[in-house]
Amino acid sequence: MKMTVNEAISQALAEEMRRDARVLMFGEGVATKRGDLLAEFGAARVRNTPLAEGIIAGTAAGAAATGLRPVVDLLFAPFLCYAMDEIVNSAGKLRYISGGQFAFPLVAIAMTGSGWAVGAQHNHNLEAWFVHSPGLKVAMPSNAADFKGLLKAAIRDDNPVLFFVDMALTPIEGEVPEGEHIVPLGQAAVARAGSDLTIISYAKTVGHCLQAAEQLAVAGIDAEVIDLRTLKPLDEDAILRSVRRTGRVLIVHEASRTCGVGAEIAALVGERAFDALAAPVMRLTGPDAPTPSSRVLEQAFVPQPAGIAQAARQLMQAARRRAQPEAQFI
Amino acid sequence: MSCDALPAPRLQMLERMLLIRAYEEKLVHLHASHGVAGTCTSVGQEACAVGVVQALTPADRILTNHRSAGHLLARGADPGRMLAEVMGKRDGYCKGKSGSLHISAAKLGVVLTSTIVGGELALATGVGLSLSMPGQDGIAACFFGDGAACEGRFHESLNLAAVWKLPILYVCENNQWQAFVHRRETMPVEQIAAWAEGYGVPVRSVDGNDVEAVYAAAQEACAAIRTNGGPYFLELNTYRQRGHFEPDDQSYVDRRELKAWLARDPIMSLERRLRDQDELDDARQAAMRARVSETIEAALAFANASPFPEAAELTADVYA
Repeated sequence: MKMTVNEAISQALAEEMRRDARVLMFGEGVATKRGDLLAEFGAARVRNTPLAEGIIAGTAAGAAATGLRPVVDLLFAPFLCYAMDEIVNSAGKLRYISGGQFAFPLVAIAMTGSGWAVGAQHNHNLEAWFVHSPGLKVAMPSNAADFKGLLKAAIRDDNPVLFFVDMALTPIEGEVPEGEHIVPLGQAAVARAGSDLTIISYAKTVGHCLQAAEQLAVAGIDAEVIDLRTLKPLDEDAILRSVRRTGRVLIVHEASRTCGVGAEIAALVGERAFDALAAPVMRLTGPDAPTPSSRVLEQAFVPQPAGIAQAARQLMQAARRRAQPEAQFI
Repeated sequence: MSCDALPAPRLQMLERMLLIRAYEEKLVHLHASHGVAGTCTSVGQEACAVGVVQALTPADRILTNHRSAGHLLARGADPGRMLAEVMGKRDGYCKGKSGSLHISAAKLGVVLTSTIVGGELALATGVGLSLSMPGQDGIAACFFGDGAACEGRFHESLNLAAVWKLPILYVCENNQWQAFVHRRETMPVEQIAAWAEGYGVPVRSVDGNDVEAVYAAAQEACAAIRTNGGPYFLELNTYRQRGHFEPDDQSYVDRRELKAWLARDPIMSLERRLRDQDELDDARQAAMRARVSETIEAALAFANASPFPEAAELTADVYA
């Protein structure tokens, strides 16, 4: 069934709230914008909140530890800065610190990424911060089916899950399987099978990688595209399996380069599949800069299909022993 | 569920306060002479913990902070398991992973202890939300200090609790000290209650060194919450007799102020009152102190005998 990413998210929320009375949702404008949920589940389970991300996240953590399964909408990812204590210090640590006395089955949804020209205080791909924080899980899907399946899995998970919505994807339609559709956290997908090189990405840039792969196919290069889908836990096996087959790795993400998710993947490949590499691991990422609003600059921030194809061609020519100039963003 | 309407046995409250005092003095001693990790004590604030917890029912939840020993012991926590926790031992309430700072005891209803000042206030609304759902019972008593009241979360928490009518008893132990800074330097008002009032929450400010006054006020607050459904703000005016953290030479403390508050020590005050009213004599007092001392020595023996955690525990309980 065809639906947009937004519709897939709504469907996942409604299905899980129907299935489990402990699931409730709150956040700034949640009851205003999700009238269907409010009508079906009532004001106790679908709530507007003050515009105060810290207390929204803290309330979610406290409620999760005492029997509820909250889903909170924190709007734009940079606003998570206001909720860091509650997410990182409370939801991420209080299970461990207490010797396992509490669990935090909560989902924090936040939008990010280029496409709306909203600038750096609304668009900041800061997912790696949460990957680095113990006790949390991080999902960042690329298509409608995965948005639905991963959100349902996140709601059913007994741990705090950061669920990032690449805002440019929200109106994009995709095929979503009928009936119960769940995508387990921690499983990457092969978005396109190939044998010459492995392109690893997540969220919006998966689409860009697939377009690049089509361009490469014309030139006789058969690229495999891996969609990580979940950044924590990271599907290390899927990455290593592909790398061992192709020997060449290009990692693509919109987030800034330094200590981004790509750095972790490059380290993983270096540690566990060095012998399989025919060329140095290459990264194509956003720059170490805040995101600009100007549409031209905003698009320049994001790895685009032409740049990805160019980097892939460069990678195909690279040999393991030759010094390889680092690819910057295109 | 209604609050216990009978007057709490005053001798029982005195003994609890003595236990808290003895426990924390033992911690101070263990730190100074045996290298046990330092801690934040609540010496001087025992009446706050005992008076409020006495007014709670088993269905109620308690959220506390880095000065948690009083709240835990008032709720009936085992001092042996608490000491084991401070010493990083396996039988501690948190398997040695908390130390003194964030001890929770979920089975006693002491949940989500956070040592980030103000953290407990952000979590309390969530616990209150759970307790407000159909079929749930109980109130969330959240203990914090005047320092936490200067955090933004205090204001966010009270506002949301008032708007959503959450069953939360906010207990502000105004102990005059915010780490190493006196409250006078950080607030334009004398009472935190003045801020709480602004959120349309019923407030009461009482002498936090008078355990009977605290108990009576807490009973009234609990009854109001159970009747009206919304939060209640109780300010307990007290004093942190020791430093922020052990060790702390308190060189920054006004000696006259400290002396004045020591003269109003909550344990001494209650003992004096009980003696005046012929409820306490030398023999009773000696027996009580002997029992407390015996409990603490047994707790220490238990903690000493408890093994350290296995190395495999290092990565256990990160995820559910």
